[in-house]
Amino acid sequence: MEYSELIFKIIFVIAVFAVSLLIAMYSTYAERKIAAFMQDRIGPDRAGPFGILQPLADGVKMFMKEEIIPSHADKVLFILGPSLMMLTACMTGVVIPWGNSLIINGQEYIMQITDVNIGILYIFAVVSIGVYGIMIGGWASNNKYSLLGAIRATSQMISYELAMGMAIISLVMMTGTLSLREIVLQQPGAHWNVFYQPLGFLIFLVCAFAETNRTPFDLPECETELVGGYHTEYSSMKLGFYLFAEYINMFISSAVIATLYFGGFNMPFVAGLGLSHNTLAVLGVVFFFAKIFFFIFFFMWVRWTIPRFRYDQLMNLGWKVMIPLSIVNLLLTGLVLLWRNGLFHF
Amino acid sequence: MQSLTNRSKVVVNKKMSFMEKIYLPEIAKGMMITLRHLFKKKVTIKYPEQKRPVAPVWRGWHVLKRDELGRENCTACGLCAVACPAEAITMTAAERKPGEENLFREEKYAAVYEINMLRCIFCGLCEEACPKEAIFLTDRNVPVDLLRDDFIFGKDKLLEGVQPEKRIDISVRARAHRQIEN
Ligand code: SF4
Ligand code: SF4
Repeated sequence: MEYSELIFKIIFVIAVFAVSLLIAMYSTYAERKIAAFMQDRIGPDRAGPFGILQPLADGVKMFMKEEIIPSHADKVLFILGPSLMMLTACMTGVVIPWGNSLIINGQEYIMQITDVNIGILYIFAVVSIGVYGIMIGGWASNNKYSLLGAIRATSQMISYELAMGMAIISLVMMTGTLSLREIVLQQPGAHWNVFYQPLGFLIFLVCAFAETNRTPFDLPECETELVGGYHTEYSSMKLGFYLFAEYINMFISSAVIATLYFGGFNMPFVAGLGLSHNTLAVLGVVFFFAKIFFFIFFFMWVRWTIPRFRYDQLMNLGWKVMIPLSIVNLLLTGLVLLWRNGLFHF
Repeated sequence: MQSLTNRSKVVVNKKMSFMEKIYLPEIAKGMMITLRHLFKKKVTIKYPEQKRPVAPVWRGWHVLKRDELGRENCTACGLCAVACPAEAITMTAAERKPGEENLFREEKYAAVYEINMLRCIFCGLCEEACPKEAIFLTDRNVPVDLLRDDFIFGKDKLLEGVQPEKRIDISVRARAHRQIEN
C-alpha cells in the first residue's frame, strides 16, 4: 500500500467513525423530535436554537450520573457487556461503501475503509457478536428482568437472522458476489435491487427491525413487563453505551439496506449530465446519506406508529411467516435464474 | 351509552381477516395517519413564554393584599384556614407592637402565613371566607419549581409590595364576577 493511500485510509477511518457517532447522536434528537411531531407536540427546544444542543446536554447528563455496579453483579462481565455492544456497533461501518472512488493526482482512492470480498458475511458476523453484548450484560446484572430481556433479545435475533440470511442468499444468488462494493456497482442509475427482489427487501427490512430491537420488535427492552429489559441495572455511561449502540446499529442497518437494495451511492438521472468523476463521487455520497436518512426516519416513523408485538406473535411471525416466505423467495430467485440462463424449459 | 364523539369504535374480538393478518396494509394505514400528524398544527404551549388563555374568572396564585396606606389587611383570624378544604393554609399570629401601626392594619397580624401550593386546589374558598379582604386569588400562574419545599409559599411570595407599581391587580376577576352577577 502506498504512503498517500495509507494517509487517506486513516483519515477516512476517522471520518467514518466520527460521522457514525455524530449521526447516532443526532438520531436521538431526531427520534425525540419526530416522536413529538407525530404526537402533535414540538419536542425538545430549550437547549440551543430548536433544541439542537439537546444531544450534548443528554450526553453530559449521562456522564454526570452516578456510576452504579450492583454488588451482586459480575463486575468484569458487567463492564464487558456495553463495551462489546459499542465495539460491534462501530465495527460494522468498515465494509460499507460510502461512495465511489475519488481521483486525486491521478490516483484512485476508494471511499470505503476496506473492500472485503465477503463484506456481507462480515457484517452478519459482527452484528451477531452484538447479541453477546446484550446477553453478557443481562447475565452479569444478576437480575431476573435483565436476564429475561437478554434471553428475549437472543432468541429474537437468532430467529430473525435465519430469515434475513435467506433473503440475503437470494440477493447474492442474483448478484453473484459477496462484496458490497461490487453489489453497489451492479446497480447503476436506478437499476436498484429492490425492483428485482421486492419480497427479499421486505423480509430484510422486517428482520432489520428485529435485529436492531426497534418497535414493533423491541421486546428485549419492553418497559411494561421487564422494567428496562437487559439494561435495567445499568446506569450512567454504560447505559449510555447501550442506548447509543442501538442508534449506531440503526444507522448501519439503514446504510446496509440502502447499499443492498437501493443502489448505495448510485443515483438516477445523472449519467447524462457529463459531470466529472469526482463531482459524481461526492454527489453519490450525498445521495447515499439521503437514502440512509430516509431509512432512519422510516425506522422512527414505524416506531411511533405501531405498538409492539406480543412475544408469541413475534415468534410466530419469525418462524411461521418470515422463514417460509424467505424460502419461497429463495426458490423463486433460483427458478428465475435458471430460466434466464436457459437451463430450464417449460 | 351515547358517545361523546363520533369516533368511538366498539371493540370486538373477531378473527382477523387475511388482509389484517399480514399486517402490512394496516401498518401502512397507521403510518399514513402518523405522517399526517407530522404536519399538523402543534398544540404545545411554550410556558413560560406563552401562556394558555384563561377565562376572566380563572383563579391562580394568591395575593395577600395591603390597604391604601400600605398596611397588611390580614388579621390572622384563621377563617381562611378553616374554610380551606385542602387544609393548605397555616399561619402564626403575632401582636402588633406600638409603632408598627403603619405596617399592620389590625392589632393582630400574621407573622407567618403559608399556603402549600401543592395541596391547594384553587377553589377560592379562602377568599370568600376572609372578613378583611386580605386574601385574593389572581390570574397569575404559580411558578414552576424543582423542590416540594419550594411550593410552600410564605409571605415573601404571597404579600404584595407597598409601592403602587408593586401592587397586584385583582380587578379582572372582580369585574368578571360583577358582570356575571348582573
Ligand atoms: S384556594 Fe381553596 S384550597 Fe387553595 S388555599 Fe384557598 S381555600 Fe385552600
Ligand atoms: S387572610 Fe383573611 S381569613 Fe385568612 S387569616 Fe387573614 S384575615 Fe383571616
